[in-house]
Amino acid sequence: MEAAAFYSFSILAIISALFILFSKNLIYGAFALFLTFLGVAALYVLAGADFLAVTQIMVYVGGILVLMIFGIMLTQKASKDTTSTTPNRVEVLLSREFWGFLTGTGFFIFLGYIILDSQFKMTGDIISSKSTIRTIGVELMTSHLLPFEIAAILLLVALIGAAYLALNRNPAQ
Amino acid sequence: MNTIPLEHYLLVAAALFSIGLAIAITKRHFIGMLLGIELMLNAVNINLIAFSRYDPEKLSGQLFALFVIVVAAAEVTIALAIIMRVYGHYKTVDPDQVDDLKR
Repeated sequence: MEAAAFYSFSILAIISALFILFSKNLIYGAFALFLTFLGVAALYVLAGADFLAVTQIMVYVGGILVLMIFGIMLTQKASKDTTSTTPNRVEVLLSREFWGFLTGTGFFIFLGYIILDSQFKMTGDIISSKSTIRTIGVELMTSHLLPFEIAAILLLVALIGAAYLALNRNPAQ
Repeated sequence: MNTIPLEHYLLVAAALFSIGLAIAITKRHFIGMLLGIELMLNAVNINLIAFSRYDPEKLSGQLFALFVIVVAAAEVTIALAIIMRVYGHYKTVDPDQVDDLKR
């Protein structure tokens, strides 16, 4: 049962990722990325990371993807050969396509060779089905307190910087 | 419970990472490249969480994945703000046409 869920969600994630690669329309690609994120969140749940799965859905699907769709819509360019059946078209050069496929498949074969060749000896107990929220909270507030604070400052800096860059459209005036 | 071997998680993550790399190379659009980069960050998170299954006391991998999500959120907001500025200045979203320094 668990194996069936794992393989179906992995196939969902990989097929929608391939759809982004082959789709010419960027909006369709963004919606396929939504499916990929959901599949990855399901893989997190199957690996025992319930808190991270919910965080993934809230941050990626609720925040980043909506932001990207806004970005696609705000950078719309009506070129001469755009018709109503071909919106948001991304032209792909043949040489780029060739190098992209070559790099992608080559990297996948390289990584797969390394993964299948290595023998991982895991000594710890496998995670039980209890919730991970308590452990994550305690670890964040004790041994990982400095990275937590640095992440907070990073988010504040990113917020101010993004607001400045997006609001102040013409600093020369 | 948890009969899926670790290698299968790693292989799925490797496939997603390679597809993300191919997307970031092939798409001639700033936001298309950003989609590929987000996919690569997600693949890395799958690796971290798969290894974190064997560490239920400290969950270091899941904490790392949490920080990766935070940095990805910060990165994408800044990247989109910069893309808006570049679009306002050059009126294009094609990275090949932003080549003032090469002329």
